[in-house]
Amino acid sequence: MIHAEFIAPAYGLTIAGLAGLLLVSWLRMRAAEAAAEKLRR
Amino acid sequence: MHRFANPARFLKIARVATPLLVVPGLLLTIAGLYIGLFASPPDYQQGDSVRIMYVHVPAAWLGSGGYLGLALASAAALIWRHPLASVAARAIALPGALFTAICLVSGSLWGKPTWGTYWVWDARLTSMLVLLFLYLGYLALSSAESEREDARGAAILSLVGVINLPIIKYSVEWWHTLHQGASITLTKSAIDPAMLLPLFLSLGGFTLLFGGIVLMRMRTELATTRVRVRNRRMAEAHA
Repeated sequence: MIHAEFIAPAYGLTIAGLAGLLLVSWLRMRAAEAAAEKLRR
Repeated sequence: MHRFANPARFLKIARVATPLLVVPGLLLTIAGLYIGLFASPPDYQQGDSVRIMYVHVPAAWLGSGGYLGLALASAAALIWRHPLASVAARAIALPGALFTAICLVSGSLWGKPTWGTYWVWDARLTSMLVLLFLYLGYLALSSAESEREDARGAAILSLVGVINLPIIKYSVEWWHTLHQGASITLTKSAIDPAMLLPLFLSLGGFTLLFGGIVLMRMRTELATTRVRVRNRRMAEAHA
């Protein structure tokens, strides 16, 4: 693939950024909701 | 709108909506990026570097669209003083900043093989950089004001920043820019249909993931607030 040195970092940053934010958001949501549920009981 | 602004009703809807946004969002994103990388044709002039379009253009639309959502939520928070609107605004800011950063970096990487440079102080590029600074300013200010219940600084900043959105949109028409004009409008497209498929798959996927992340961040803030309020009440009861 021509210009792979430009395409690979563009896709790499996008995938890493999106996957990272998605994972962190999901983990933080699970932890926060588990803490709220524990306190409610 | 006020009916859905009830936090309990919102949480009920959000618990159902979150996986409905995230799972199809992931599938569409994977399909869009795969087709964009391996199954779409190279451009007759730009060659393979056109594949950067499938991440750059959706990221640009979501960076700008996200800021509009942030400003609308801030306006609702200022006008109706509803806490859920402030929670929504804060939840939008980080994914909005991420997409704006992806747009800037991918655009820079696309610029080198097509324009011969990573960066020029062109009106479109500069106004997108200003958008990133507006997001970062909002994030810093809302974090600094997080303990104040009457805080309005971040919301006002986001409304002032709306002036940048038409500047981004029309920068390529108002000034002579290195950045090209719009290739897609509501009525016509200058892009080959074989390239439109991965572009719209990525756009759909990114949009659903953006919505899913916003809902997750809103749920996190609501749960954290519930714990903080309960802890404060328990401490007051024991005092």
